[in-house]
Amino acid sequence: MSLLWVDKYRPKDLSTLDYHTQQAQELKNLVEHGDFPHLLVYGPSGAGKKTRIMCILKELFGTGVERLKSENITVTTPSNKKVEIMTINSNYHIEINPSDAGIYDRVVVMDLIKKIAQSQQIAITNNQREFKVVVLTEVDNLTKDAQHALRRTMEKYSRNCRLILCATSLSPIIPAIQSRCLPIRVPAPTIEEISTIISKICKKEDTAIPATLIEKISKSVNGNLRRAILICEACKVENNLQPNRELPEPDWKVFIKQTATIITHRQSIENIMVVREHLYELLASGIPPEIIFKELITALVLKCDKQIIPQVLQEASTYEYRMWQGNKHIVHMEAFVVKFMCLYQRHLKDLLKDF
Amino acid sequence: MQAFLKMGKLGEPSASPSTSGAPKKKTKNLPWVEKYRPKTVEDVVEQREAVSVLQQCILGADLPNLLFYGPPGTGKTSTILAAARQLFGDLYKERILELNASDERGIQVIREKIKTFSQLTANSSRADGKLCPALKIVILDEADAMTHAAQAALRRTMEKETKTTRFCLLCNYVSRIIEPLTSRCTKFRFKPLNQSFVLERLQEICQVEDVLINDDILNVLVKESGGDMRRAITALQSCANLKGKGSHITLENVYEVLTVVPSKWVNSFWDLCKKPSDIKEIIQFIDDLEQQAYPIQKVYEHLNDFLMDSENIDDRLKSEIGEKLAESSFRSSCGRGDFTNLLDFAVHTQEILTEPLERRRMQALENAKFTTILGLS
Ligand SMILES: Nc1ncnc2c1ncn2[C@@H]1O[C@H](COP(=O)(O)OP(=O)(O)O)[C@@H](O)[C@H]1O
Ligand SMILES: [Mg+2]
Repeated sequence: MSLLWVDKYRPKDLSTLDYHTQQAQELKNLVEHGDFPHLLVYGPSGAGKKTRIMCILKELFGTGVERLKSENITVTTPSNKKVEIMTINSNYHIEINPSDAGIYDRVVVMDLIKKIAQSQQIAITNNQREFKVVVLTEVDNLTKDAQHALRRTMEKYSRNCRLILCATSLSPIIPAIQSRCLPIRVPAPTIEEISTIISKICKKEDTAIPATLIEKISKSVNGNLRRAILICEACKVENNLQPNRELPEPDWKVFIKQTATIITHRQSIENIMVVREHLYELLASGIPPEIIFKELITALVLKCDKQIIPQVLQEASTYEYRMWQGNKHIVHMEAFVVKFMCLYQRHLKDLLKDF
Repeated sequence: MQAFLKMGKLGEPSASPSTSGAPKKKTKNLPWVEKYRPKTVEDVVEQREAVSVLQQCILGADLPNLLFYGPPGTGKTSTILAAARQLFGDLYKERILELNASDERGIQVIREKIKTFSQLTANSSRADGKLCPALKIVILDEADAMTHAAQAALRRTMEKETKTTRFCLLCNYVSRIIEPLTSRCTKFRFKPLNQSFVLERLQEICQVEDVLINDDILNVLVKESGGDMRRAITALQSCANLKGKGSHITLENVYEVLTVVPSKWVNSFWDLCKKPSDIKEIIQFIDDLEQQAYPIQKVYEHLNDFLMDSENIDDRLKSEIGEKLAESSFRSSCGRGDFTNLLDFAVHTQEILTEPLERRRMQALENAKFTTILGLS
């Protein structure tokens, strides 16, 4: 079986991480010190948070953490509803994305940590740590309720359980949690760093790739290293490594731009229906709502007259805020689209009036 | 203060009645905030009023019900714990009940616990034969997180147990505590700590723990902790652990552990907001900011400082921008809308600063009249 390059060349140790090397060294010191705190690892997607976390785990527990199994666990809510959630675990750690459980994230978080903390280490070997690690991903999606629960749980079980929290943005994370963790910022790698990494990979793959193409790829991915490596491999597979070749833009990005064009092209019920289909499709293919909002707004704003931009953004922010308050994302996205169409149409009419 | 530091380090019993009853084996891994907690009320810095009243209480061997309020890390918990230690000596662990108001769901649980606790008998002498007050103290942390109904229920509990039990409520915002409760307590406000006190304390810790840090960097750490001693001590310990023994803590370390946004980023953003910049430029900037993963809430805090300090912005405009800033920052904390909210803030600030007020008023009126009906075509 041939691994994708992104997986094949993923660094496995803190000492082999290619960038933010000073930070990697400091994380090593932290592990050595023995008194390991809860961590809050944050940064944009594709910047390498997950890789770094796996390296930390390996530094803590050794190669045992690489023997991963995936397992579904079932948690029973107080109202006797059963929630199933996927986990990835080793003998030393368990990883879940609590927001998979939707509004039941609180129950899942509490239940899981309690279980872990109460289960004693089974395989006793020497230099065993006294704790297991729970990795929670996308904690910026946790409900406030779950965050408050988490805060209490993390103090209560701090003896034999450490948390590594992973997030894109710190904004929605309550101060009480932030202050109980050591923050680890993982900024996106620079264009030069990305270039160095992909040229290294290409060398190992015996792939001759022109420096200009490397640079072009690195510049096109907006700091997302994962994407850069994927594109690079795709170019290789297509057998097209011409320096002036076109680089693929993510399908969903293209699709959102098309959606924006539909919206500004004509403001009508029919078009609203078309846009609805688009939004459904985007959500169904797992594009996070905030990304859809961000790309859509960017595309729309660039098509707007400067005069109406403030109001458009005011509305965008209002509808997005409501979206996070409610649970049905699509409703608020649609509402925003309709509102936008109205503003846009009125502005066009105003312009015509002046003639 | 020097005495407590030494004692804290070695964990030795001393001649003073403030002997620590804490287990000694774990001192190595004890977080510094615990290790360097004041052992006596005299060790508490800054909070003069509370300290002097408590000193009187310790002499008189009695306590009123207390309410301590103020920002985090200013010594509320430490003060009452130290007082309890001095009142009860070795017995202090048995004589206090620490409850976290937001800990247990519902007042029922809290009341049960308090009831059981206050029915325990408290002797008026200690194991060593010294006298101590026949009292117990219930410490209710985060009292402002309790609902008003729960607070009302607590009031009855407080009255019932007055003979044997004193209450000490701790909270950040006194305005969230109902009047019948506040009126039953002696209130003390805990001020954010003066930077010089925090600095002094940290310097002492650095000495004892062999931490290498230059004074100007330590000063930054103190400043960025904003008068919160817990934050300052935790940050210092994190930096020290990241560095390992023998290397100096750098400015970057301090910035990272306290999630500081370098001022050049905030400066550039504020500049973009103040002039009629191109929307593309602003979008690009926010993108870059997100790539760097700097916490956006910190950006808002800085912006607020800039706004307050700018002398060439009219007060009325300032208040308009301030309102928008509050809205954007609040909305950011409620979901994952950093991008939209920051862009919205930038564009509005720009509009407020560059468009004449009259025109914006007219526009607002127009917008208010406008209803969302799509003219179908
Ligand atoms: N006024 C103070 N004097 C001395 N140390 C303090 C003071 N305030 C806070 N500290 C230190 O900060 C830490 C947290 O203080 P704490 O009393 O728990 O704060 P809070 O006001 O949040 O209850 C303690 O470890 C203590 O060492
Ligand atoms: Mg406290």
